[in-house]
Amino acid sequence: MINNAGPSNSAAVLDEGVGPPSLSRLSDADLSSMLLIRHFEKNLLKLFEQGFLHGTTHTCLGQEYVPVTVTSLLGDADHVFSNHRGHGHYLARYADAEGLLAELLGRAGAVCGGVGGSQHLLRERFLSTGVQGQSLPVAAGVAWNLKRSTPGALACVYTGDGTWGEGVVYEALNITALWELPLLVVTENNGIAQSTPTGQHMAGDVRGRAAAFGIAYERFTDTDVTRLRAALQPLVEQVRHMSRPLVVEFVTHRLGPHSKGDDSRSPAELRAVRAADWALRYAAAHPEQFERIDAEQSRRVEQVVAEVLARPLTDWSPR
Amino acid sequence: MTAPRVANDLNTALHRLFAEDERVILLGEDVCDPYGGAFKVTRGLSTRYPHRVRNTPISEGALVGVAGGLALAGDTAIAEVMFADFVTLAFDQLVNFASKSTAMYGRHLPLRLVVRCPTGGNRGYGPTHSQTPQKHLIGVPGLALYEASPLHDNHTLLTRILDGGVPAVLFEGKVLYGERMFTGGVIDDLYGYDLADGVARIRLHDPVPPDCVLITSGAMVHRTVEALRELLLHDEIVAEVLVVSRLYPVERAPLLSLTGPARRVAVIEESTAGGTWGAEVATALHPHLWGTLASPIRLIHSLDSIIPAAAHLERQVLVQSGTIRHAVKELVHG
Ligand SMILES: Cc1ncc(C[n+]2csc(CCOP(=O)(O)OP(=O)(O)O)c2C)c(N)n1
Repeated sequence: MINNAGPSNSAAVLDEGVGPPSLSRLSDADLSSMLLIRHFEKNLLKLFEQGFLHGTTHTCLGQEYVPVTVTSLLGDADHVFSNHRGHGHYLARYADAEGLLAELLGRAGAVCGGVGGSQHLLRERFLSTGVQGQSLPVAAGVAWNLKRSTPGALACVYTGDGTWGEGVVYEALNITALWELPLLVVTENNGIAQSTPTGQHMAGDVRGRAAAFGIAYERFTDTDVTRLRAALQPLVEQVRHMSRPLVVEFVTHRLGPHSKGDDSRSPAELRAVRAADWALRYAAAHPEQFERIDAEQSRRVEQVVAEVLARPLTDWSPR
Repeated sequence: MTAPRVANDLNTALHRLFAEDERVILLGEDVCDPYGGAFKVTRGLSTRYPHRVRNTPISEGALVGVAGGLALAGDTAIAEVMFADFVTLAFDQLVNFASKSTAMYGRHLPLRLVVRCPTGGNRGYGPTHSQTPQKHLIGVPGLALYEASPLHDNHTLLTRILDGGVPAVLFEGKVLYGERMFTGGVIDDLYGYDLADGVARIRLHDPVPPDCVLITSGAMVHRTVEALRELLLHDEIVAEVLVVSRLYPVERAPLLSLTGPARRVAVIEESTAGGTWGAEVATALHPHLWGTLASPIRLIHSLDSIIPAAAHLERQVLVQSGTIRHAVKELVHG
């Protein structure tokens, strides 16, 4: 299993004995999904600079492989609860760059009519909200419904590391463990919450917090979708079939600012973060495939941007 | 046949809802048998429907959040917050999740969700267990507020709330639980009541045009009726009472049609003053009654104070029948 430092990690092939393990070759579909998210987010930052987007947005640059891994283990009956940094979660599930961009720009074809915007999406069994921690009890309620109505289905909720500061997270974990609910908590620990490093906001760690409730926990530092998926798959099966919660912590990196132009990290920190970018390492390991798909997705998103910008504004009125 | 006590009527209403709709789920602290809830309103439900009733940990934020999740997934969710004071711990779930979800995704999303809150004072529970916190939840788009009363059938009320598809908080005056429901249109030897459009009107068996119309909600009904009798018998003032069950949004039309000819109107609430339900009612009615009112709509509140525990101190602070009688005399006689 590719988790925390331990004997299992020795199985991974290391690049010249240093640095993270090399990245295996992915299917075109997986890589396309990751690069769709990458280009979508990059274009958003550009659209902000150009003044087309207003309000706020939180890009998941650097974290794309997390939702691509997780989503591949989910089915249509599973509910997903996303958060403020949720574009990747949505795109990994629906590949609907048009609908999402239209939502952000308030244009026709928007997923939620432009009412929800970046942080408030609802489509089928995918829902995001912008209040940290709020979704955990809601997801627990949905998981309780699923346990009764659709055994084998689960509720998956994404959080950042900072979200673990909210009290309601613990109320929900307690209930989820007590009631044996099929809840998968995916924590994307990117080492920072807005401007506050994890070490300044979290005493102890996520592992210990899960352990306090007797909740199964796994930590991944790898960024290789193939290995992550293989390691996560049996754990997710246990959530489904033993109806019990699981906390998965992905140690990851936020390449971009918290929202836009608000990165408080030092140049040295930013260099380290960029060096850990899965895309750089993937491009080095599989240059031909990367360049091909990168160009494809870059073109695709550029077309989406042009096409959506040409659409009329959405129409909505309060009831 | 004697009428049931309000707590029993609520209990019967819940049993009927469970029997009628198998998607009804109820959760809260200590709601299961044999305890059956701090005020016994949920008695018997967990025995009859063990898989649909759950005791929760002492986690108001999460239990209301779980109820929101159940409603989102298509269940009918009934949550109990043991004392209304603690609904503040679920503020985020009500104000930022359940209510907003009905609209913030660009389309109407109905949620069958009601949060029941035993509410109010006059029972000696002291400052943190006696409050009337309705005002903190007033004016939230997508959140409806109701109050139980001894005049409104609770099954009808709960059905109305849930079928509305708008997340709601139901305040239940704790002073009512041990009182009997009024039935058959009779309050006492002098007064009767009728119901129209969700509003109960209490007036003399042989109605005469009133000097004053008092608007109130369930928890204040007994104190108001006591004041009504004193005003009639000792002060020769005739008043009628309108008891609403939906607090917010304010239902202006039935109130207007029932207050129409009145020249003096007062709103009675147990809350302290400041951003209250009573103020909302006055705001809704005043522009329409402006031409006929003899004086501004009067708001009758408790004192601007915490609620003391000792009975004699608590009575000093909270609206009592004497407070109402005094205020109405002032209103009528100037
Ligand atoms: C209850 C609440 N408090 C504060 C915020 C403002 N806020 C938005 S994102 C964020 C940081 C979240 O950090 P983390 O959970 O680590 O996720 P990340 O942004 O790193 O993905 C904050 C403080 C919020 N959205 N909700």
